Amino acid sequence: MRVLPCADLGLLVELDDLDAVRALHAALAANLPPGVTDLVPAARTLLLRLDPRTANPAEIEQFVRATRPVAVGEQNSELVRIPVVYDGEDLDDVAKLTGLTRQEVIIEHTETEWRVAFGGFAPGFGYLTGDSTKLEVPRRKESRTKVPVGAVALAGAFTGVYPRESPGGWQLIGRTDLPMWQVDRDPPALLRPGVRVRFEEVR
Amino acid sequence: MKNGMQVLETGPLSTVQDLGRPGHAGIGVGLSGAADRGSLRLANRLVGNDEGAACVEVTFGGFAARAVTDLVVAVTGATCPVTVDGRCGAMNSLLRVPAGAVLRLGLPATGLRSYVAVRGGVIVEPVLGSRSTDLLAGLGPEPLSTGSDLPVGLPHGDLPPIDFAPVACQPVEELRLTVVPGPRQDWFAPDALTALLSQPYTVLSESNRIGIRLDGPVLTRSREEELPSEGTVAGALQVPPSSRPTLFLADHPVTGGYPVIAVVVAEDVDKAAQARPGMTLRFTARERVAE
Repeated sequence: MRVLPCADLGLLVELDDLDAVRALHAALAANLPPGVTDLVPAARTLLLRLDPRTANPAEIEQFVRATRPVAVGEQNSELVRIPVVYDGEDLDDVAKLTGLTRQEVIIEHTETEWRVAFGGFAPGFGYLTGDSTKLEVPRRKESRTKVPVGAVALAGAFTGVYPRESPGGWQLIGRTDLPMWQVDRDPPALLRPGVRVRFEEVR
Repeated sequence: MKNGMQVLETGPLSTVQDLGRPGHAGIGVGLSGAADRGSLRLANRLVGNDEGAACVEVTFGGFAARAVTDLVVAVTGATCPVTVDGRCGAMNSLLRVPAGAVLRLGLPATGLRSYVAVRGGVIVEPVLGSRSTDLLAGLGPEPLSTGSDLPVGLPHGDLPPIDFAPVACQPVEELRLTVVPGPRQDWFAPDALTALLSQPYTVLSESNRIGIRLDGPVLTRSREEELPSEGTVAGALQVPPSSRPTLFLADHPVTGGYPVIAVVVAEDVDKAAQARPGMTLRFTARERVAE
């Protein structure tokens, strides 16, 4: 574990992998040290945002180092089923990049159980990881200026669903009508860290 | 609207802001809130509000609103001419705006963002516990426009015993900001931090509530691989492929994939939020307190 400073505004905790991030996130979320206003999990880091008027970064760092990570239960979290029409513009490219057929890409995507690792990019956007490595693809060389709302996409080890129309560089494989973000829903985001996800093909 | 004011003019950008929406980073929602948090708190204290009550953040003056009921207001932040029905009022002080009167903010002489607090607080509909407009995430109320209603809540508690707050003058040409190196200074060539701390940077006009774009010496990376996206804070000096830093402000992205060479300390982030295009920024390092 490395703890890196972000002035008096944050502490960036660098960890070995996503599982370690999840485990520390779970432990700290259950017992938030005073002065910490927010936790921002990411692929290999957990950022603690601090209230600069009350936080003591040195004490919080000690607290973090003394915290026992919590093993995150793999089975008992909420499951969200997302219906997808697999007609994305990049489906052929993804097939080429992975050495699979279009149908095999769809099967791999629907048979994998995904889990929301962390959020970011836009409200309601979740970075989903699964056990399969067959669908790992790079981002597109050129980002699109407009990715439509509901686009289901792949990049790196992740899959995700664009919660609204936005620019984006991920490989588009399909689309869903299920709203990812509704501000008047509680909680507004369908995909929150820890939620399990199954994609289901619809035609 | 029983109590409040109606917007007549907005200038380049006027938004409702409070101290933002902490606690939602996991679903991709950033803090947002006033770009200059200290000025928003001061405005609220002057009119006897909770210091996190919602105010109007006026970017580069040009705001006018008509009181629907008798109001007590205070204007802080960027120093601008303030009038109530044409009569001059002072910055950083209590002003009474009778029903029907027009409060007007002119062009600021120094600074960029002024804050208008109204006793009782602006009570537009909150989103995820905050009334702030987050321009990057597209959350919260729309930016204000002519005809927007600004409903105001009922005051609670007494007015404070002072009705004027002394405030340091804002610099005109050059702003010094204190930074702490890191979290990713080790992703840069050794001379990058030296350049950041010794050379001036100019504020570009593409700056906004998301961040201040800077022109100046390039900050060369020593590691070329992709940085996995990680959480960021306001005040972060993130270095994109252009090699010139962007200083993140209130509506910055929750996570970023470019390394942050240094972070501006919290009280100086408020000062940075008052920097106008063309101004010079100079960065000074404060080492982390040894443990």
